[in-house]
Amino acid sequence: MVSYLIAWAALLLLLGASAGSAYLPLGSFHPLANFGIAAIQAAIVFAVFMRLRHPPAIKWVFAGAGFFWLLFLFGLGVIDYLTRAGMPR
Amino acid sequence: MSAIAGGPAETYLSHESTIASWLLTRDHKRIALLFFASITAFFFVGGAAATLIRLNLVEPSGQLLGADLYNRMFTMHGIVMVWFFLIPSIPTTLGNFLIPLMIGARDLAFPRLNLASWYVFNISGMIALYFIIAGGVDTGWTFYTPYSTLFSNSHVIAAALAVFVNGFSSIMTALNFVVTIHRLRAPGMTWFRLPLFVWGIYATSVVMLLATPVLAMTVLLIALEHGFGIGIFDPALGGDPLLFQHMFWFYSHPAVYIMILPAMGVASELIPCFARRPVFGYSGMAYALIAISIIGFFVWGHHMFTAGISVFAGVVFSFMSFIVAVPSAIKVFNWTATLHRGSISFDAPMLYALGFVGLFTMGGLTGLMLATLSIDVHVTDTYFVIAHFHYIMVGGTVSAFFGGLHYWWPKITGRLYPEMWARGAAILTFLGFNVTFFPQFILGYLGMPRRYFSYSPDLQAWNVLSSAGASILAVAYLMPLFYLGWSLLWGERASANPWHATGLEWRTSSPPPERNFALTPLVTQAPYQYNPSDGSYVTQDGIANG
Amino acid sequence: MASLRPEMQYATLDQQTETAQLGMWVFLATEVLFFGALIFGYYIYRISYPDEFVSAGRDAKFLLGSINVAILVTSSLTMVGALECVKRDMIPRAVAALLATAGLGFAFLGVKGYEYVQDYHDHTVPLLSFVLKPDQHAPAELFWAFYYVATGIHAVHLSIGIGAVLFYAWRTRSGRYSSLYYSPIEVLGLYWSFVDTVWLFLFAAIYPLGRAG
Repeated sequence: MVSYLIAWAALLLLLGASAGSAYLPLGSFHPLANFGIAAIQAAIVFAVFMRLRHPPAIKWVFAGAGFFWLLFLFGLGVIDYLTRAGMPR
Repeated sequence: MSAIAGGPAETYLSHESTIASWLLTRDHKRIALLFFASITAFFFVGGAAATLIRLNLVEPSGQLLGADLYNRMFTMHGIVMVWFFLIPSIPTTLGNFLIPLMIGARDLAFPRLNLASWYVFNISGMIALYFIIAGGVDTGWTFYTPYSTLFSNSHVIAAALAVFVNGFSSIMTALNFVVTIHRLRAPGMTWFRLPLFVWGIYATSVVMLLATPVLAMTVLLIALEHGFGIGIFDPALGGDPLLFQHMFWFYSHPAVYIMILPAMGVASELIPCFARRPVFGYSGMAYALIAISIIGFFVWGHHMFTAGISVFAGVVFSFMSFIVAVPSAIKVFNWTATLHRGSISFDAPMLYALGFVGLFTMGGLTGLMLATLSIDVHVTDTYFVIAHFHYIMVGGTVSAFFGGLHYWWPKITGRLYPEMWARGAAILTFLGFNVTFFPQFILGYLGMPRRYFSYSPDLQAWNVLSSAGASILAVAYLMPLFYLGWSLLWGERASANPWHATGLEWRTSSPPPERNFALTPLVTQAPYQYNPSDGSYVTQDGIANG
Repeated sequence: MASLRPEMQYATLDQQTETAQLGMWVFLATEVLFFGALIFGYYIYRISYPDEFVSAGRDAKFLLGSINVAILVTSSLTMVGALECVKRDMIPRAVAALLATAGLGFAFLGVKGYEYVQDYHDHTVPLLSFVLKPDQHAPAELFWAFYYVATGIHAVHLSIGIGAVLFYAWRTRSGRYSSLYYSPIEVLGLYWSFVDTVWLFLFAAIYPLGRAG
C-alpha cells in the first residue's frame, strides 16, 4: 500500500515540476521538458498503479509494443516534414 | 482419442439447431460460419460493383455509368472489398475455425468477444449498405483530403463511420487471436511447433492491432472535418493534406499485409501436404512472416512518391520497400523448394495454392518496379498500379482463401466436395484472373489512368480483353457456390483426416465436436512430418501413419 | 459460487485471470496507437508552426488543466485502493473506494465542462465562437481543433470508465468478488489508469505552452 502512496505523491510532485518548468526560460526545450516529465509520470502509473512490476513479464511486451510502434509513425513521418520544402502556409 | 469411432457422433453443427443457438453461440466454429455468411454477401456486393466497372470500360466513352456513377462504383468496390471482404476474409473464417483446433484448445480465449466482433462487423456492414443505398461516396476508398472533407457532397460521414466501426471488429478478432495463441496452446505446442497458418494469423493480428487504431483516428478526423468543418487537414488554416495521407497509409499499407499474411499461412499448410514433404526452412518461414509484419510498417510513403513528400523521404521509403521484398522472396523460394523432390498431387487446394504462389510472385515483382522512384513517377495512378495490387490481393489472397476453403471444407462440413468441379474452378480462376489483369499492366504502361470513366479509343482492345477475362473470373468465383452447396447435402461423408495431414485439426472428427477434442492433445512433433517416398506421415501428437 | 470455476477453454482460474489481464494490455496497446495518431498530427503541426501553437496555447486554462491532472492521479490511487480492499475481503471499503473513483471521474468532467464554457467566452471554439487574437495567424485554429478532438475523445473514454466503475461497484456490493476472485476489478483498474495516463500526455501537449516570457 505504501508504494501506491509514494507513487501518488511523486506524480503530484512531477505535476508541479511540469507546471513550474513552463515558467522557466527554456526556449525551445519546453516541449521536451513537458513530454519528458509526462513520460516519467506514465512510467510510474504503468509500473505501480497498473502493476507492470508484477509478473508475468509478457505484459511488458504488450505494454511496450504500442509505444514502440508509435516510434515508427513519428520517426518515419517526421523525416518527410524535416526535409520538405514547406507547409501549406 | 476422439469421437471418430462409433455411430453418428454429436458435432458442433448438430448438438443444437435453433436459430438462437447460432445467433448467441460462443463456439468459434459456429462464429466462423457466421462470418463466412457475412463476408460472402459482401464479396458479391463488391463483385457486382466490379462487374459494372468492367462493363462500363468495354466502350471508350464510358456512357454506361457516366462519370458520377462510375466514381461511386469504384469507391464502393474498393471500400467493400477491402474492409468487408479481404481484411476479414481468412482470419475471421478459417482463422476463427482453425486456430483453436490447430493449437489444441477448446475455444478462443474470449468467446463472447468473438461473437461481439461478428455483430460489430454486421453493424458496420449495415452502415456501409446505408451509404451505398443512400447514393454512395465518390472519393475513392482512400478518402483523400481536401476533396473528401471540403468538396465532396456524397455520403462521406456514413462511409467513414462504417470503416471506423469495422475497425473495432478487426481489433476484437485480432486481440482474441494474439491472446489465444499466447495462452491456450496445448501442452507441448511450443512456438516453433506451431503450424505456419497460426504464425500467419499471429503476424496479421499484430498488424491489425497496431495499425487499425491509426486508421480509426484518421477516418474519425475526416468525419469531423466533413461534418463540422473542424479544419485539421484544411490548407486554408495551414493544415496539411499530406498529413492525412501519412496517417491513412500508416494503416492502409500494412492492411495489404493483413490480407496477404494469412494467405501465406494457408499456402504453407497446403503445399507441404500435397507435396508430401516437410516445409522447407520452417523457422525461416516463421521469421519471414514476422519480419514482413514489422517491416510492412516502414514502407507506407511509397504511396506518396508523387504527392509532394520530400525527395529524401521518398528515397527512404523506396529503400524500405525493397527491404520488405526480402522476406517475401524467402517465402516464395521456400514454397518452391518444398515442391522439389516432393510427391506432388494436383488436388484442387494444391492448384489454388500453386496459383497463389505464381500470382503473388507477379504482384510482388511489379511491386518492386513501383517501389523504384523513377518508374513510379511514370506509372503512378495508372492501371499498372491497379494490376499490381490486384495480383497481390485478388490473385494472392482470394486464391489462397479458396484453396484453404476447399482444403478444410471436409473438416468444416463433414462432407467431401466434387473434386473435378473444384479443379475446373481452380484452373478457371487462374486463367480468368490473368486474362483480366495482365492487360491492365499493359494499359497502365501505355498511360491509362485509374479512376477515369472514359479512355482513349486506341486502348479499347486491351480493355475489352480485360472485361472478357472478368467474366471468366466471375464464373470461376460463382462455381464453388453451387458445387460446395451441392456437397453440403449430397457430398460423400468425410473421414477425420481425408488429406492424410499432420495438424491437430485432423486429429478430431469431421466435423469436430462442440469442444473440439475429447482429450486435450499432447504435442510431441514438429508440423509437416511428411515423407515423400512412401506418403507416410506423423501427426503433431506423435501418431505415425501409412 | 459459479464465478469460481474457470470458463471451459481454460485449465485453471489463474490461467483465466492472467489471460484477462493480457487481453486488456493488448487492448491498451491499440489505444496507445489511437491517441498516438492524434498526437502525431499535433506534433507535426507544432514543429511546423511553433510560434502559432505557443501563442494559441497561452489561452488554454493552465490551472484547470493542472487541477484535472491531480484529480485523475488521485482517482488512480482510489482505484488501486479498491483492488487492495477486495483482495483483503473488505467489501464495504472497496465499494466506497470505487464510488470515490467514479466521483473523481465526475469531478474531472465537471472541471472540464467549466473549462469549455470559459473557452467559449474566450472565443477559442472553432465554428462556434472563434476569433484570432491580434498577434495570431490561422494555424492557431489547428491547435484548438486538436484540443477539442483530443479532450473530447478523452472525455468519452473517461465516461465509459465511470460507467464501468459504477457497474463494478454495484457488482462488488452484491458480493461477486472476494480475495478468491477479483480479476474484473484488476482489469478495470488497468483501463482506468490508462485513461489517466492519456491525460498526462494531453496536459503536456495543451497547457504549459507560452507561459515563460
